[in-house]
Amino acid sequence: MLTQTESESNHNGDYALSVENLSKNFGQRTAFKNISFKVAYGEIFGFLGPNGAGKTTTVRTLGTLLKPTSGQAFVGGIKLNESNSQKIRSVISIMPENPGLYGRLSIQENLECFGELYRLADPKEKIAQSLKAVNLFDRRNDLCRSLSKGLKQRVGLARSLLNNPKILFLDEPSSGLDPVATKEVQELILNLKSKGITVFLTTHRLEEAEKLCDKVAIINTELKLIGKTDEIRSQLFNSTVELKTVHPIENTVELLDNNPDINSWTNSESTYLLQVGTPSTMIPKIVNLLVENNVEILAIGELRHSLEDIYLKTVENG
Amino acid sequence: MDRAFQFNSRRIKAIMIKELRDFRRNRFVIVTMMLLPIIFILAPLISIFSIKAGVLSPQIQTRIGISLFYMLLIPAIVPTVISAYSVVGEKEQGTLEPILITPISREEFLIGKALAAVVPAVAVAYFVFGIFLLATSLFASAQIHSVIFNGPRLLIQFVYTPLIAGWSIWACLAISSRTNDVRVAQQLSTLASLPPLLIVVLFATDVISPTIKYAIYFAILLLLINLAGWKLVSRLFNEERLITGSTRNG
Repeated sequence: MLTQTESESNHNGDYALSVENLSKNFGQRTAFKNISFKVAYGEIFGFLGPNGAGKTTTVRTLGTLLKPTSGQAFVGGIKLNESNSQKIRSVISIMPENPGLYGRLSIQENLECFGELYRLADPKEKIAQSLKAVNLFDRRNDLCRSLSKGLKQRVGLARSLLNNPKILFLDEPSSGLDPVATKEVQELILNLKSKGITVFLTTHRLEEAEKLCDKVAIINTELKLIGKTDEIRSQLFNSTVELKTVHPIENTVELLDNNPDINSWTNSESTYLLQVGTPSTMIPKIVNLLVENNVEILAIGELRHSLEDIYLKTVENG
Repeated sequence: MDRAFQFNSRRIKAIMIKELRDFRRNRFVIVTMMLLPIIFILAPLISIFSIKAGVLSPQIQTRIGISLFYMLLIPAIVPTVISAYSVVGEKEQGTLEPILITPISREEFLIGKALAAVVPAVAVAYFVFGIFLLATSLFASAQIHSVIFNGPRLLIQFVYTPLIAGWSIWACLAISSRTNDVRVAQQLSTLASLPPLLIVVLFATDVISPTIKYAIYFAILLLLINLAGWKLVSRLFNEERLITGSTRNG
């Protein structure tokens, strides 16, 4: 690993995270291999993958807790190397899956310790701000061991905000939370984005990633896919229009087989799946044609493949 | 990843305060810290006040030497209760990773932990020794009084207390950094804390004459052992191993 100390260097400073061919091995075991990606400032970046795919190890490596085996990265524009590790730690925050709170200490005491570790200028004020941001100010004197898992996650999030991080790594922030607590955490994450914080989110919850993330990457030791969900969807799947009619279409040869706008189709009774080019322009044309031919339409719309479909297709294909 | 060598008193104090707050609410630590001093003061007091008139001076010297040795077990053993839990306990609770993500250096972290253990251990040891001195000055015979209130013996007691506690803490932190179980760490740490007491045993049994010169020589030796312990702990403290259980960076 290089030991140069330059920071805020060249084009890498334009990105919150810039990773090039980064690898991490533990002996013969590869945690992740040759991963490359860039994350712009202010983005929520979803990092998805099955268990053991290397997500947490990637976070720990970018967070300077682990030394990469090869490759290079810039975190907040600072080159990832031994001499810059403290600089990097002062501009990032990581909330591990287990928030790791001191159970015998109160929420306030937990945060006071971290406020001092970050050498905050006005720790009391900053702690109050962070606790208010996660709606825990009134419970600041509660011992952490008495908190529910959801509340502990919120304390972990408040702690992560103390140093005004440019980049916040959240490792499975809603793992084990009930739907209400999950929703609260998701709202907090969106709130962070509105404050300009770059969020690197590892999650198993695909609907969460789809809802929150500007861009996602799927990793399974190697990086399998990266991009905006819509872009990935159109790369992986043909556009499909789902058509439901009152009665089965009688003249399918003329209306569907010979229709140049429809590449192929399948059906199950009165439900048709049509493979088309661009659904937004094709749907009105198809509707007009069907109406002209007295086909009674119940519903028509683009069939959107979920992030789960993308994920399963990517992970199952190795 | 290695951390740059640096000291910042605010960070050291933050770790120390956090530890002390944690100990204060840990029933096991509190009970042990109260019981051990009681045990280690009762035996010396009984031993000294049971000395009958007419006992020869060398026998008194040995009995008092052994009594004082007993009290030096406090700075040796009390820190093991506290600091054996230090690193492995954090690892068990999952609190180590959030701490290491902050800009704290390895030295700040370890010094903070060590101070949090050394301060209560030395305070308890001095307090107990103070009670012992008070009791003997009020109730012991002039012969016993003159042996106890003897320059080299007092020097050994006052100077060796923090030095023995220091060794004990470094040994505990070293073991705690390399084990995965709090109880194993405590048992091994108790054993590891004992070797420096050999010097005190040699004084107590008059194998080495308790003179100012020898007391200072051995104090310097203990200080050097402490510095070596500090170096060893710094070297053994490997974040990658502590977080992932592996250091094999292939």
